[in-house]
Amino acid sequence: MDFGFMMHYAPYFVNAAYMTVFISFFGLVLSLVLGLICVAVQMANVPVARQIVRAYVELSRNTPLLVQLYFLYFGLPKLGVSWSAETCAIVGLAFLGGSYMTEALRGGFEAVPRVQLESARVLGFSPVQTFLHVTVPQALSTAIPAVVANVIFLVKESSVVSAIALADVMYVTKDLMGQTYDTYESLTLLVITYLVILLPISIVGTVLERRFDYARR
Amino acid sequence: MRGAEILLQPGVFPRLLQGLWVTVWIAGASVLLALPLGLLVGWLMTLKNPAVRVIMRVYLDFIRIMPQLALLFIAFYGFAQAFDWNLDATGACVLVFVLWGAAELGDLVRGALESIPRTQYESAKVLGLNSWQTFTRVILPQALRRLLPASVNLVTRIVKTTSLATLLGVVEVIKVGQQIIDANRFQYPDATLWIYAVIFLMYFIVCWPLSIVARRLEKRWAHD
Repeated sequence: MDFGFMMHYAPYFVNAAYMTVFISFFGLVLSLVLGLICVAVQMANVPVARQIVRAYVELSRNTPLLVQLYFLYFGLPKLGVSWSAETCAIVGLAFLGGSYMTEALRGGFEAVPRVQLESARVLGFSPVQTFLHVTVPQALSTAIPAVVANVIFLVKESSVVSAIALADVMYVTKDLMGQTYDTYESLTLLVITYLVILLPISIVGTVLERRFDYARR
Repeated sequence: MRGAEILLQPGVFPRLLQGLWVTVWIAGASVLLALPLGLLVGWLMTLKNPAVRVIMRVYLDFIRIMPQLALLFIAFYGFAQAFDWNLDATGACVLVFVLWGAAELGDLVRGALESIPRTQYESAKVLGLNSWQTFTRVILPQALRRLLPASVNLVTRIVKTTSLATLLGVVEVIKVGQQIIDANRFQYPDATLWIYAVIFLMYFIVCWPLSIVARRLEKRWAHD
């Protein structure tokens, strides 16, 4: 193991990690928004939109991100929609993540017992108050473990964006192996970079789960 | 709809189906090998031995926190150098999917086994069942019901993850699609759109029925 080599190339991985985090962050924010919209449509039982959400969730959950990205990046330009690789990666992650977030959030909302809503009504809460002060806190509390699992899942999935020529951690690793043949050092840097990105998320997730566990207590 | 005729050209669709067969074959072989290993891993995880616990913990956490693509790189590029092991791309994929599938399945098995209340073991003992009978007649049927829906979902995840094999150079459905696109670059410049749309649908047609089965099983056994 050549530590001098690793120190020399570490800055490349810092930039690559920045790319991974950048893509994942915007992908995540969009998938949460998309998830919330889909759950709202499902809960409110909007006629046509409800079927669209169902079809979207099934399509997105049962196809791999790599194929979704290839379709967006190589296929869509033939229809006149040419997005940059960054946009494709973020849209692809949001398309994939949106359905996972929908399932996670819906699980949370469905787990709020009816008694809670009835009690709120008896106590004279308006529907808006009930939603904000009774439903949402409990639903989020139940949904947090699944949402955290999805966050980690999506950051991991973002490794696939290297296939559409974005210089993320996987891309830089492959580049470095090709240039220098220092496989061990490159792979070690790869593992360390992902650990540095994912371990804090995992730890913060566990803390959040403990902190907001009030729905089950 | 221009360019869609590419799909009707002789040899295009059959070749895509052959590619899909490679995908399904890799996924199927991985699942078949991961099943016994996963059961073993799950059983090991329930043991109290501290050394076994630490080893299983590190194994599970490492596999879980690394992206599958990173694991594939480690197996494909790293093992060749480390053990002078000339593992081909398909072999590297199967190896990674088996180790990953076994870790995930092992965790499901552990969860299922630990969710069986102690009273079940005690009642079985009182009824005079020996430990083999207790396991096969009492524990296993209950554990399976908790295990099966999540395991079927795991299979769909493995099928979806086989798409990464193309990045190591395995000639599966995506690679075949790219070959067709490149070969027809001038006659059918819009083939890209259609070929990728078909591959997208192919994955969906393989994974969707599995998801439905998983959901049905979950619903049917939810209240037992």
